[in-house]
Amino acid sequence: MAIIIDENTRLIVQGITGNQGRFHTTQMLAYGTQVVGGVSPGKGGQEVEGVPVYDSAFAAVEAQNANASVLFIPSPFAKDAAFEAISAGIKVLVIVTEHIPVHDEMEIVEYASRNGTTIVGPNTFGIVSSGKCKIGIPPNQFFIEGPIGVVARSGTLTYEIVGNLTANGMGQSTVVGLGGDRVVGLSFVDVLEKFEHDPQTKAVVLVGEIGGNAEEMASLFIKDMTKPVVAYIAGKSAPPGKRMGHAGAIIERGKGTFNAKVEALQAAGARIATLPFEVPDLLREVIG
Amino acid sequence: MKLFEYIGKEIFSSFGITVPRGKMVTSPEEAAQVAAEIGGTVVVKSQVLAGKRGKGGGIKFASGAEEAREAAASILAITVQGHKVEKLLVEEKIQIDKELYVAITIDGSAKKPVIIASSQGGMDIEDVPDEHIVKCHVDVTVGVYPYLGREIARRMGLTGKQAANFAKLLPLLYKCFKDKDAELVEINPLVISGDILIAADSKFTVDDDALYRQKDVPYVEDRTSIEKQAHDLGLAFVELGGNIAVMANGAGMSMGSLDTLVHYGGSPANFLDAGGGTGMEGTAKALELLLQTNPRVIFINIFGGITRCDDVANALIQVKKTREIPVPVVIRLVGTNEQEGVKILNDNGIEAYKVMQEAAAKAVEIANAE
Repeated sequence: MAIIIDENTRLIVQGITGNQGRFHTTQMLAYGTQVVGGVSPGKGGQEVEGVPVYDSAFAAVEAQNANASVLFIPSPFAKDAAFEAISAGIKVLVIVTEHIPVHDEMEIVEYASRNGTTIVGPNTFGIVSSGKCKIGIPPNQFFIEGPIGVVARSGTLTYEIVGNLTANGMGQSTVVGLGGDRVVGLSFVDVLEKFEHDPQTKAVVLVGEIGGNAEEMASLFIKDMTKPVVAYIAGKSAPPGKRMGHAGAIIERGKGTFNAKVEALQAAGARIATLPFEVPDLLREVIG
Repeated sequence: MKLFEYIGKEIFSSFGITVPRGKMVTSPEEAAQVAAEIGGTVVVKSQVLAGKRGKGGGIKFASGAEEAREAAASILAITVQGHKVEKLLVEEKIQIDKELYVAITIDGSAKKPVIIASSQGGMDIEDVPDEHIVKCHVDVTVGVYPYLGREIARRMGLTGKQAANFAKLLPLLYKCFKDKDAELVEINPLVISGDILIAADSKFTVDDDALYRQKDVPYVEDRTSIEKQAHDLGLAFVELGGNIAVMANGAGMSMGSLDTLVHYGGSPANFLDAGGGTGMEGTAKALELLLQTNPRVIFINIFGGITRCDDVANALIQVKKTREIPVPVVIRLVGTNEQEGVKILNDNGIEAYKVMQEAAAKAVEIANAE
């Protein structure tokens, strides 16, 4: 098991002939992901790392029976590419692109939800079902198979935490990057719900950050979960009114503070790691 | 990007929303001239990117040109909520029968725009009791039509011409919100003056990520000079005032680095997200920025995904060759091409840490040493 993607996922890469698209296609293939096609309008018929390139997502899906796609497309063109993937019948769409205008993001998410497509991102490192399939950009060597589900808003911080898990012999079922923008396709609750029902997942690590109310909403769900949750919230030392890199990571009008999130999560029964490296010890305590 | 009130009002007006007659000025002389043109009593308002301007003496009424000149001179001489006043809006004083509130912003958890309205305008919406606030999400595939304005007006308790005018205003405000890629449009107060609705103030925030397609919106600078330099380099940077300059890759990791430093008793000088995939040149420029914060130590925390450790190492060496780095550098380097990166550092006599907390503790120790 695992959630959202697994060994049967058939992936196409939109923007496969660009630098990032090419590099990460190689990396994903090396991880074992079934990359079955690439899309680059006008470059159909070429190959990248042995992967056939098509002129459109429709052609790629038709030829390869693909069910997932990842976008390595510059932000001004991301909406078009996302609409194309959804329209071509893609069921899991990972949008790595950052700096997509938020109005475009709202339209993408709305169109996806009407067509039953799961959006991971935008502005995400992607998603890894460890040992089975990686879609996105995280470094391969830190993701090993195991019982821990991880859901996060931020990329490198997730590598840090997953790296710590792996160093402690704790593998992961699936690691999901929600994305750092204010509007993203999946919420913590969407993913927690899937982990709760996934037989492989025995415990969940939630990596949140200041701003918004996603962690507070998550705590309402965690209250009723049977599986233990360990949470780390980044931004304890962040001043209010300043955007800490992510569009969503800002304390506005006294809302979205570190303390409010930690209190909500603690009240729901989650264990809180004060610093990233404390996560493995807390997990050991909750799963024995 | 936040816009000044006068720019927001100009945009509102161009979308057909009624605003008071007025003009932006930068000197007492101009203020007097505009006041004379408008006639009667005018209001002189400081144009700064902050709320509660009235409390700091940033808004004054004036009858006639002479009083307007004096009011303008006094406001231009002060700072309002920490902002130096350089621009003023001089506009007609309107008759106020009642003050409403209306705003459209983005609800991240609903993933949709949300309209927020209240019959109790004129104060901070945070202070209005929930039962007097009407909230309504917008389906982006439908947009806002007059029916929604009528329904919200009904829930606000508006009737007759006022309700009809509100129903007319709301689709215009939404069009403005959407066409200008706004994150927030807020009218507080929305003044009922007779039967007319007038936008007596504006708060307007345009999505930074959409500025490339909003070329006709005037650029408003709201960053410190060093933050601006960082922005121009494509780096996210926030000044924090401590003595440990920090560079990490990724926003979450940068925040995590700050939290870890503070945990060990350190005081970070800044937040700097060097971004994913920042190459050698970007990293070198980021280092130059860090030196401008006059730190006692530089802390670099890299977990390479897209970013390659050898690029970061080479950048550090390059900067060291071209200029003197007057403070110690503590670097933690793991991830993509880690071995290559660490070797480059070691060859140049720099030790690289593998574990974040050990590196953070070391940086704090140096910063706090007598």
